[in-house]
Amino acid sequence: MIRLEKVTFQYGSAAPVFQDFSWQAGKGETWAVLGPSGCGKSTLLSLLAGLAFPGSGQVLVDGQPLTRPRPRTGLIIQEYGLLPWATVRQNVELGLRIRHFYGPDGTHAPKDFHPEADVDAWLRRLGLEPVQNSYPGRISGGQRQRTAIARTLVLAPDLLLMDEPFSSLDAPTREGLQRLTLDLWAEQRFTLVLVTHLIEEAALMGRKILLLGMPPNRQAQVIDNPGAEGPDFRETDAYQAMVRELRSRMEPA
Amino acid sequence: MKRRDLLLATLIILAVWQALAMLLNQPILPTPLAVGRAFASELGRGLPGHFMASLWRVVASTALAILLATPAGLALGQSPRLNSLFGPLIYLLYPIPKVVLVPVLLLLFGIGDLPKVLIIFLVLFFQILVLVRDQAAELRPELIRSVRSLGAGRRALFRFVYLPASVPAVLTALRQSVGTAVAVLYVAELFATRQGLGYYIYLNGSTLFNYPAMYAGIVAMSLLGLGLYFAVDALEKRLTPWRGD
Repeated sequence: MIRLEKVTFQYGSAAPVFQDFSWQAGKGETWAVLGPSGCGKSTLLSLLAGLAFPGSGQVLVDGQPLTRPRPRTGLIIQEYGLLPWATVRQNVELGLRIRHFYGPDGTHAPKDFHPEADVDAWLRRLGLEPVQNSYPGRISGGQRQRTAIARTLVLAPDLLLMDEPFSSLDAPTREGLQRLTLDLWAEQRFTLVLVTHLIEEAALMGRKILLLGMPPNRQAQVIDNPGAEGPDFRETDAYQAMVRELRSRMEPA
Repeated sequence: MKRRDLLLATLIILAVWQALAMLLNQPILPTPLAVGRAFASELGRGLPGHFMASLWRVVASTALAILLATPAGLALGQSPRLNSLFGPLIYLLYPIPKVVLVPVLLLLFGIGDLPKVLIIFLVLFFQILVLVRDQAAELRPELIRSVRSLGAGRRALFRFVYLPASVPAVLTALRQSVGTAVAVLYVAELFATRQGLGYYIYLNGSTLFNYPAMYAGIVAMSLLGLGLYFAVDALEKRLTPWRGD
């Protein structure tokens, strides 16, 4: 699904964040990208989203090199992604309206785009019906992120990118949304790449974990986490062991 | 604001006016009742025509200012390069009281509506330009990023992000400058015209010495300002419901 081939990326004349970096992720997999602040996690996501481009090397998604955001890729960010002047419902409809605006041109919207996507079903599924006419400023952080998730999933993405999606939420809300995301993944089977600085979140959400260090990142460190995706993984010893391992590997040498 | 409070405030103004008129006891300050009578009788004469002339000038210049300043403000707010080019110019021109340009515009464009419309246009143009520019510049990059990830290119970003984001800035600019616009209108209408409330007030006050009629004109001009202010207020409530409480 995703292939990075010898990607080098740097901001201006700073030291490169990625240097000859190669990595791949298969269709339908769940990946957590873990690393300290400034390691290039968000940069990686921007590269995958087609919002930033490598200086050299290639980023391929579904076999195609990226030249702009790809219509079948969904992106959910930490905050401020919703239109403050639009209601929850209007925000959920935004992607569909953008697709109508352009029509199924293959660039902004997939060629086989069917406009009869069911906004109501997604509002129901994410428990947003009671607040569908509220503005983002008037609802809780958890409801805002549910709105962002609904807005993305209503477009039926095959690749879902999440950039620290739950970092600004309190612990119970965060755990609820982590569970929800895994449930939705089990229903929809998109490929999931979730960027986080939280060790526990990476251990819980990623069947595979990509560990990034301080730049430049040259080699992809991949950790298998076979227990993840199970419903009660958080309660198991395997989860605790994974958290311990990630912690020790993240400690500066 | 509650209707009841507004009514109360109106009554207080009228009471103070009445008291001052009785204390002063001079033709220069007639009582509210005398002015009310004059207003009613002037309605049957020239006043509505003068009111419409003034209203037309304000509305035309406002429409022109919105149409030209909004896109310009959006462009400047989106492009740091354009802004660094025009920013110093705007910085210098913005605080100049545009009303001092009235004689210049009159000399350049002569009699008729054009110089009057232009002067109010200048007042509103800079106000809208600056507020829309700052609003567009303040849009969070995260928001742009996430809307782009939904497939939006330049045109869709303009339609779904920049345009709706500029509506509150335009309305704020109008609310702030409606008073100034009417004041500038008054000054502009003192010269080279026989139409408009400014002319009407000046004529009755300084040439005909018909003070009740002059006050009828002042009331009409106040109503014009108030009406415009209320209109902007109502539009703000209607078009920016996410900002109210």
